[in-house]
Amino acid sequence: MKPIARKPIPRRFHQARWDEPIIFELSQPGARGILVPEVDTTIEEEVGDVEQKIPQNMRRETPPALPEMAQIHVLRHYMRLSQETLGVDLNIDVGQGTCTMKYSPKVNDQLTRSPKMADLHPLQDESTVQGILEVMWRLEQFLKEISGMDRFTLQPPAGSAAIYTNVAMVQAYHESRREGQQRDEVITTIFSHPSNAACAKVAGYRVVTLYPGPQGYPSLEALKAAVSERTAALFITNPEDTGIFNPQIEEFVKVVHNAGGLCAYDQANANGILGITRARDAGFDLCHFNLHKTFSTPHGCGGPGAGACGVTTALAPFLPRPTVEFDGKKYFLNDDLPYSIGKIRPWYGVAQNILKAYAWIMSLGADGLREVAEIAVLNNNYLLNKVLEIQGVSLPYPEGKRRIEQVRYSWEKLTNETGVHSEDIETRVADFGTHYWTSHHPYVVPEPMTLEPTESYSQADLDEYAAILRQIAQEAYTNPELVLTAPHNSTVHRTVHEPFDDPEQWAITWRAYKRKTAARDHTSGA
Amino acid sequence: MPHRMKPVVYPYIPNSVPSVKEAMLKAVRVKSVDEFYADIPESIRFKGRLHLPEPLLSEADLVRHIEGLLAKNTGAREALSFLGAGCYQHHVPAVCDEINSRGEFLTAYAGDPYEDHGRFQALFEYQSMMGELLNMDVVNVPTYDGFQAAATALLMAQRITKRSEALLCGTIGKDKLSKIQGYVRPYLQLQLLGYSPVTGLMDLDELKQSISDQTAVVFFENPSYLGFLETRAAEIAQIAHENGALCVVSVDPISLGVISPPADYGGDIACGDIQPLGIHMEYGGGHGGFIATRDDPEFVMEFPSRLFGISPTIVEGEYGFGDVAYERTSFALREEGKEWVGTAAALWGITAGVYLALMGPQGMIDIGKGIMQRVEYAIRQLSKIPGVALRFEGIHFKEFVLDFNQTGQSVTAIHQRLLQKGIFGGVDLSAEFPELGQCALYTVTEIHNRADIDRLADSLQEVLL
Repeated sequence: MKPIARKPIPRRFHQARWDEPIIFELSQPGARGILVPEVDTTIEEEVGDVEQKIPQNMRRETPPALPEMAQIHVLRHYMRLSQETLGVDLNIDVGQGTCTMKYSPKVNDQLTRSPKMADLHPLQDESTVQGILEVMWRLEQFLKEISGMDRFTLQPPAGSAAIYTNVAMVQAYHESRREGQQRDEVITTIFSHPSNAACAKVAGYRVVTLYPGPQGYPSLEALKAAVSERTAALFITNPEDTGIFNPQIEEFVKVVHNAGGLCAYDQANANGILGITRARDAGFDLCHFNLHKTFSTPHGCGGPGAGACGVTTALAPFLPRPTVEFDGKKYFLNDDLPYSIGKIRPWYGVAQNILKAYAWIMSLGADGLREVAEIAVLNNNYLLNKVLEIQGVSLPYPEGKRRIEQVRYSWEKLTNETGVHSEDIETRVADFGTHYWTSHHPYVVPEPMTLEPTESYSQADLDEYAAILRQIAQEAYTNPELVLTAPHNSTVHRTVHEPFDDPEQWAITWRAYKRKTAARDHTSGA
Repeated sequence: MPHRMKPVVYPYIPNSVPSVKEAMLKAVRVKSVDEFYADIPESIRFKGRLHLPEPLLSEADLVRHIEGLLAKNTGAREALSFLGAGCYQHHVPAVCDEINSRGEFLTAYAGDPYEDHGRFQALFEYQSMMGELLNMDVVNVPTYDGFQAAATALLMAQRITKRSEALLCGTIGKDKLSKIQGYVRPYLQLQLLGYSPVTGLMDLDELKQSISDQTAVVFFENPSYLGFLETRAAEIAQIAHENGALCVVSVDPISLGVISPPADYGGDIACGDIQPLGIHMEYGGGHGGFIATRDDPEFVMEFPSRLFGISPTIVEGEYGFGDVAYERTSFALREEGKEWVGTAAALWGITAGVYLALMGPQGMIDIGKGIMQRVEYAIRQLSKIPGVALRFEGIHFKEFVLDFNQTGQSVTAIHQRLLQKGIFGGVDLSAEFPELGQCALYTVTEIHNRADIDRLADSLQEVLL
């Protein structure tokens, strides 16, 4: 036979389409998915019908209307739904800039499934959990070295919770110096994650947000104008979401310090600067990492993640309790921390993800982490070159500004010329078996797109992603309808959005949907 | 470790192949990656090499190392454990682990409904099944854990009532109280209500005296942290409502096959932790929080979490999904949104959905009933031991307080001796509730059989001799 001529890139793709019913529609009365261990008959005889002791107004008389299904049907339903989901394992996941969608090594997932991890209770005697405590202690030492900070807590369950933890420590610090009342403002930047603003607000702060100057980051003058004796702290990302590194960061820190404020470095995504520059070197008092971003733990459809907050010695007394300590012989939890901000979440953190992050660092070492950073940056700049060849896309802010690990692009030209918006491209990208993200709100960069290729993707992967964008841009210029009516190859077609913002129509559960649509059915039938 | 002379090709980093790296540098017209770091000033550049252990480059070496560390742990299933207090050893169905290990779910994140239709549907179904369990129409995509769920539910009540005080049951666990106190501090003043030394139940006289037109919310747990049911729940809710306050109840979802959900006795917001529903303990890493309300925009608009809704698509017969009332979130409005939203515990939401679908109505009834019978049996057997008594009379779900004061021994000492027999005794309450003296909170679930309970009773008897 003659050689088979392969299909060109971008590849043909169609997302799984199972027309899968809502799980309640699969219910078969009487079916069972799993049986519960029966009570020993002698117990049954001895104690009788215990539930009858529940006072009548607290005894559940109507069983919960859950689906009734055989096990294979539950499994099949969720297998189909999983097929209709596109994780990092399946796609060139460079389109969720700022979120560091890197490869999560399978071996680390597998290791955490050990009953010696998964089935540990957090209040077991310390002698029975020396292994996991050692992992936590050692990961803290690693993160101290990577950031230059003096102490870490691994308790926050994810990135935003880590920001909140830092806000709470800032507050406790100022209160300990009797400046809590006076320092009621937190400064952040619009290109830092929205949670920097939102967490500060929850803690009671007034939020001051700095907007970028012509260089893509706020000017030192703008900061100086915002800083005062009311400043509690600056919460800032660097490089910001644009991928531009603020070279005046040391001066920023000094200005805030001179006014008596603290500086917190949002390092949710530190992927491009591992071993290159450290929070402590720029003078920061606090920082945080997302173990599910830079340190590879899987994103789990939106958690569980894991956050880690680093502080200087001056802030260490305020860390959440307990800390993990080592006395040279054994590892133990120290709950005796009189100045601690207390608990951020139950227990000590998302332990299985702490183990995964530890294993990831152990598999790479110092040179490997540096390689991660350098390849992430190289990949980003390679993709940048490719993307800028595409018609209609541009790079905001002055030429010559380097991009570190991600880039915020603009499709403003394409929108002006074709009427196709970045959000339309986002939808059309799904037709090619990958993902794309505009940016956080507000769209300071018009028609934004944020790409972050990390170290996990090859040159061919990046070429393929660029080819998808190129094709969509071409479609926008030649056949915009194709883009505007996307998706075409997805599980479903365009969703009708009006009900989501209409209290009369929105349906957050199946029971609400049935109730609201039954009413409608009745009206139309009459 | 010998110094490595040749460059390492890292299996997780495709472009670490030296020739590829060269070609890419050439393609971007630079000599070294360092050129891209030009905007990072010299003064803050890290010089030298991070002081980290030499890497375990092969997977085999890594596995050996990690397994060596894990070998120092004893899993609860390798012993006989009666620990609980918010983190529970229930049976985890194999299908739960199978589904949450699927790479599609495990590694997805923030996709649109078009690439991640399945993720949206699975979480909508989770919300829907929890809605049935809780008899409420609105349930969130999980927040971090039950502590956060309670703290946020209290703030929602504060925003809805625009009042500034909260009354809390006095038997709340100290860690949960710590989280709530820290979180609601700028908005709510907390007052802990007394409880009966005999039954543990909330002091309703104190509730009536303390409640006022400043009270935003009355909060309690059912079952309580100390295991007994707050049997006068309807009365508490009524007192709250008569005073214009809301009633927030934290519940254990696995109890709701046999115990009424808060909606049925006047609870306005239900909250709690889904860890019991098919999720391993993970040394405390298996938590996810739920918040549920009625379908009232006044309530819905106060949720910080994402709420996935169902809607038609442009093609007849297709279910579509999306975010309900997205404009209330911090994603949309930064500090003007409700609290904040971010990565939390979605995979556990999917898992809890799988669990509820497997269990069905009968499974939830069976498990609730079976646990309560085992607990009753355990209480009877353990109370027979000289010096050991049940601390709070009343109805217990899966936990109960054992009083060791009459033994003249400390819980620590007793539990150390149990540990030598391979038994993890309950949670020592002596520091957390000093007013109880030497008491411990014991947990019994469906994984315990009669032999386990008898073994505990025999062992306790032996160590107390």
